[in-house]
Amino acid sequence: MPSSTDPGRPDPDPTVAPTRDGRPVSDRGDTVCVIGAGASGLTAVKNLREHGFGVDCYERETGVGGAWNWRHDRSPVYASTHLISSRPFTQFPDFPMPDSWPDYPHHSQLLSYFERYADHFDLRQHIWFGTEVVRVEPVEGDRWDVTTRSTGGYGPERTSRYAAVVVANGHNWSPKLPRYEGMEGFRGEVMHASSYKDPAQLRGKRVLVVGAGNTGCDIAVEAAQQASHCWHSTRRGYWYAPKYVLGRPADQVNDTLLALRVPLRVRQWLYHWTLRLTVGDLTRFGLPKPDHRVYETHPIANSQLVYYVGHGEITPVPEIARFHDRTVELADGRSIDPELVVFATGYLPRFEFLDPALLGDEGGQGRPRLWLNAFAPGHPTLAVAGLVQPDSGIFTLSHWQTVLFARLLRARAARPERAAAFAQRVTARAGERYSGAVKDSSRHWFEVGHADYLRAVERALHELEGGK
Amino acid sequence: MTDRVMRAREWARPVRPARREVLGSVPQLEQGRPPLLFVPGFGHGAWAFAEHWLEHAAGRGFPAYALSLRGHGGSEPAPEATLRAYAHDVVQVAAELPRRAVLVGHGAGALVVGHALARYPARAAVLVAPVLGGWSTLGAALRRNPAGTLPAAFGGGLRLTPRQLFSRELPDADARRYADRLGRAGRRAQWALLNPDQPEAAVGRPPVLVLGSPDDQVVPLSALNRAARRYDSAPLLFPGMGHDLMLDARWREPIDALLDWLDKEPATRPGA
Repeated sequence: MPSSTDPGRPDPDPTVAPTRDGRPVSDRGDTVCVIGAGASGLTAVKNLREHGFGVDCYERETGVGGAWNWRHDRSPVYASTHLISSRPFTQFPDFPMPDSWPDYPHHSQLLSYFERYADHFDLRQHIWFGTEVVRVEPVEGDRWDVTTRSTGGYGPERTSRYAAVVVANGHNWSPKLPRYEGMEGFRGEVMHASSYKDPAQLRGKRVLVVGAGNTGCDIAVEAAQQASHCWHSTRRGYWYAPKYVLGRPADQVNDTLLALRVPLRVRQWLYHWTLRLTVGDLTRFGLPKPDHRVYETHPIANSQLVYYVGHGEITPVPEIARFHDRTVELADGRSIDPELVVFATGYLPRFEFLDPALLGDEGGQGRPRLWLNAFAPGHPTLAVAGLVQPDSGIFTLSHWQTVLFARLLRARAARPERAAAFAQRVTARAGERYSGAVKDSSRHWFEVGHADYLRAVERALHELEGGK
Repeated sequence: MTDRVMRAREWARPVRPARREVLGSVPQLEQGRPPLLFVPGFGHGAWAFAEHWLEHAAGRGFPAYALSLRGHGGSEPAPEATLRAYAHDVVQVAAELPRRAVLVGHGAGALVVGHALARYPARAAVLVAPVLGGWSTLGAALRRNPAGTLPAAFGGGLRLTPRQLFSRELPDADARRYADRLGRAGRRAQWALLNPDQPEAAVGRPPVLVLGSPDDQVVPLSALNRAARRYDSAPLLFPGMGHDLMLDARWREPIDALLDWLDKEPATRPGA
């Protein structure tokens, strides 16, 4: 197999373009550059190839799978990570997961799924492993100079010129760690969930888990099983959805309602009613009352959290106020004495190789302003794949994003007037949201409802193809 | 050609898995050729391809597999199976193969392949004596085999006679032996054949080849032409053969033509 793990690149084009800042640039012609060989990068490579484009994909690690490859140093997965969305929502729309897999597969199955995807569609020959991207700069003619080097900074930098770039570097690897007063003086251990790998790290300790995302809840449940005590600190009350309702995976039940176009209000009512039938009033367990209606924050699918709260293995506590020498003071004045604090406070996207202004993030706050979370105004040959936080699986969304981008690139050559109309829509609609009202926090910057989002992509595809 | 992005029903109501029979024959030496997946028509099982075609394709360097749709051959019984469940079976088996597969559908299996192509970017597709459904299919069947077809129109089993399926060149003993092995498709799938949903556009623009016989007693020549036109091609014809080209006396000719076509590595269809 002509894959490569050595720091290298495809044979440089004999026509070396004019130098820029004195650096030689090898011209890769119509080839498209894909950054990252995780789920979104792989589907970008596959769909671009399927539409007839040459592709160079750069991957800083030595394997595919990105975040889902536990060997990678940026992978956030821990030993017990399972899917939050059930199989039909998670798989690529044109490459189903095996029937024999469970409703909610384990992360190691996900990795084998991506490896099979890469082999089935013969993608590895287009991927340059162990190569990281240092800089991506626009040059005239809507083309891009991509500078790479081997991961870790060894070897010389090399620059190649591409017709288009797909950024698929993931958004779950740069930890977001909150600051609290007195945190430096705290004698206990503090870690971000990104370094949590195995429940053995919790065994026999008094553990405080911060954050009620899906990861925070998973870790709280494991602490309930392993630690000598577990506190779970959340900023607000949440709706903890079970993974199964009415005998089926909960997301499949929810989508049955979506398919029937049941209005949001009715779905919220049904949801509250179902929860009442099962776990009932959460405040009875000492959990705070949610300050929002269901579907207004990222859904948390965890059947076990409430169970362990009900068994006294998890003590729900409010937000942290400040750290002391050996104790942590809570917002309600209480003081607790954890030995280990795990911050499951999420991640922030980072595009360190790209000028933030290119993605419409003028202030450099880390929040790009794009259309469909993928297309940057003024840069018709640049796309971001997978920068979405759906209430469902992400890979289906990445698949359609990259199909749309491939069609756009094809239209640029064959139907330039349609590509131009598309560019106008990108400028006019950048920043559009695809979910109902959600709480405004960086947690929900990229929150999309999968149905709203995919309908928008479907419309964009049909508009681009002129409804043919 | 519009892409269907929203598939709410498939997400909310996934097809229930069923145990599947897959027979295969692989070349002794891996030659980098795409695997073939044969999809039998209604009533047939993987055995129909295991008889001659699998071995022959493997002998020419193509890894070859055949599955039995649920309720057929050695697969799990499924009297309530739908066309969607059949297409699901095909896509599942195709995705489990090590490389992008060529889908080959025979008879109503071609309709199943048509649906599977919308859910799996096959390397290429071959429709052999395709039964794509519609009232004309019923009309043709009624004309040729009223006694075997009429019950099917009312939800009963479809009974095909050996003379509908094979040419006179095939010895009677063989013809009877094959005909005895025929099962029946699910009632709902059989009904769906009368007024089938049009398959969605194929993903990945695979090249499509249509094979058939002008003397087929199930699929008239006009239906072959119609099927080929749908995929912008013309049918490749093998006069004198019956509907079951893979079992008939001269089974070697169509499979060789099919493999020759693949050897030429047909390009993806333009447009889409």
